[in-house]
Amino acid sequence: MASKFMNWVDARFPATQLWNDHVGQYYAPKNFNFWYYFGSLAMLVLVNQLLTGIWLAMFYKPSAAEAFGSVAYIMREVEWGWLIRYMHSTGASFFFIVVYLHMFRALLYGSYRKPRELLWIFGCLIFLALMAEAFMGYVLPWGNMSYWGAQVIISLFSAVPVVGEQLTTWIRGDFVVGDATLNRFFALHVVALPFVLVGLVIAHIMALHHVGSNNPDGIEIKANKGADGHPVDGIRFHPYYTVKDLFGVGVFLILFAGVIFFAPTFGGLFLEVDNFSPANPSVTPEHIKPSWYFTPFYAMLRAVPSKGGGVIVMFSAVFILFFLPWLDRSRVKSIRYKGIIFKVALTLFAVSFLSLAYLGLQAPSDGVKLSARIATVTYFLFFLLMPIYSKLDRTKPVPERVTG
Amino acid sequence: MSNEGVDVRKRRFLTGATAAVGGVGAAFVATPFIKSWLPSARARAAGAPVEVNIAALDEGALLSVTWRGKPVWVVRRTQEMLDSLDNVASKLADPDSSAPQQPAYCQNKYRAIKDPILVMVGICTHLGCSPSFRPDASEWSMDVPGFFCPCHGSHYDISGRVYAGQPAPLNMQVPPYRYSSDELIVVGEDPATGGGEEAA
Repeated sequence: MASKFMNWVDARFPATQLWNDHVGQYYAPKNFNFWYYFGSLAMLVLVNQLLTGIWLAMFYKPSAAEAFGSVAYIMREVEWGWLIRYMHSTGASFFFIVVYLHMFRALLYGSYRKPRELLWIFGCLIFLALMAEAFMGYVLPWGNMSYWGAQVIISLFSAVPVVGEQLTTWIRGDFVVGDATLNRFFALHVVALPFVLVGLVIAHIMALHHVGSNNPDGIEIKANKGADGHPVDGIRFHPYYTVKDLFGVGVFLILFAGVIFFAPTFGGLFLEVDNFSPANPSVTPEHIKPSWYFTPFYAMLRAVPSKGGGVIVMFSAVFILFFLPWLDRSRVKSIRYKGIIFKVALTLFAVSFLSLAYLGLQAPSDGVKLSARIATVTYFLFFLLMPIYSKLDRTKPVPERVTG
Repeated sequence: MSNEGVDVRKRRFLTGATAAVGGVGAAFVATPFIKSWLPSARARAAGAPVEVNIAALDEGALLSVTWRGKPVWVVRRTQEMLDSLDNVASKLADPDSSAPQQPAYCQNKYRAIKDPILVMVGICTHLGCSPSFRPDASEWSMDVPGFFCPCHGSHYDISGRVYAGQPAPLNMQVPPYRYSSDELIVVGEDPATGGGEEAA
């Protein structure tokens, strides 16, 4: 009966084939470790954001006069509104935690190397779209930090030569950040960018399943296939990795729920104190800082003593990621077989990124500026010197088969 | 399908012509979508001039009004403040206000029509935050009064001229304004013409 029904469907829509290609018969390397949880967790958070976002849009009012009040209404008067909103705001921060770890995994195991360049580039585009999505979402509650954050970020575009000022007026839809800006950010945040994000995620997964997953050894398992035509070091995604990922989901949800219920503001990091007072165009908060997940890039912006230069450095820090597949000239993919130079370089890179994240949260001072400059230079040298040091590095021989 | 008996050149031309016409059409269709993002008629009308009465403004005090949604400051500077302007000139990025951040009639060291009265858009030229007023030198790291932007630490003197080596690239903007009487300032209109469009 069931198979007869599926035959009927499959003759009209490739349901069984889709399932097999992407889940049932997708062979993934058998040696995935801890770092491989974060891709599926990112998908989980995306679903969380879409679902809670749709529900928030049912109660939120995208106008300068009503936005702040409607968020208070959601928090205080809508049945369970506080939970839906905290799921969304905490989800935003967890999205970045998960995505940063997911990207770091790629750095560890060389998952951006041939033939996965496009997979990596789709991933970078997702990161870019996610940053735009998060920024616009941050503006919507129309608190004072939302307002001045929007002011600062939109002003970045005034650094464009000649048309800079007109460009910022065009983005704002007014001579200042105002109702027009909020209204269009709402449209982009709830309609346009989610479409872009979901589309890019589909492209990311299609590219992944086309070339096959990398693994902690950086070995191509497709190069060694058994008599059945499947990689000998591969196991079916379902049930092996669906069950593994479900375990990850369980642990993740415990942490996620812990923050939602016990620390939704996370000490002012996930929801900032200044954003609990309404937008006020004539009072700038004493210390403007962006959401924690943007602070590494914000610290770079502040570290450069020129407006145009700061903006260029900040955007370059994101765009340089796109070139990573061609900067790494190492003979091996995984850090397991790379030499001491790469290990030191990656450590310095991670330290500089975390330092920048910390420094971006601090009030501007000379010490902060100097430290941020050192960390910014380290960040860029990791990429710019990579073609040289990845070649000089003494790599170890890579085994034929994946290890434990 | 066979291409026999097909005029390939003609087909290529027709394909190209169709794509070109379609492309022009797409550009026209894009226009309303792009232009709808410009300030609406209502937003443009809200940019009307604003009157400020400074009769009650004390020496050394700052009065903030809103023009085009931006904070516009009026400061009645003390003699001591005015004297400080010469001392700091060597430390400034643009002491002569040569960048067009003010109407021509305010291009002097006071950046004002009447020396003590500063009229200025209170927005940092770095990334648009509103700096805080530091009338007493003791309140900040500089030894003369000025303005300090809390966002990224830019320092300005009491004429809104930025110190050298700061994140902010330019002096703060002076809006077009005129005196309609001794104590009444109209922000948004030039003195002679009264036309009021962007002199700065």
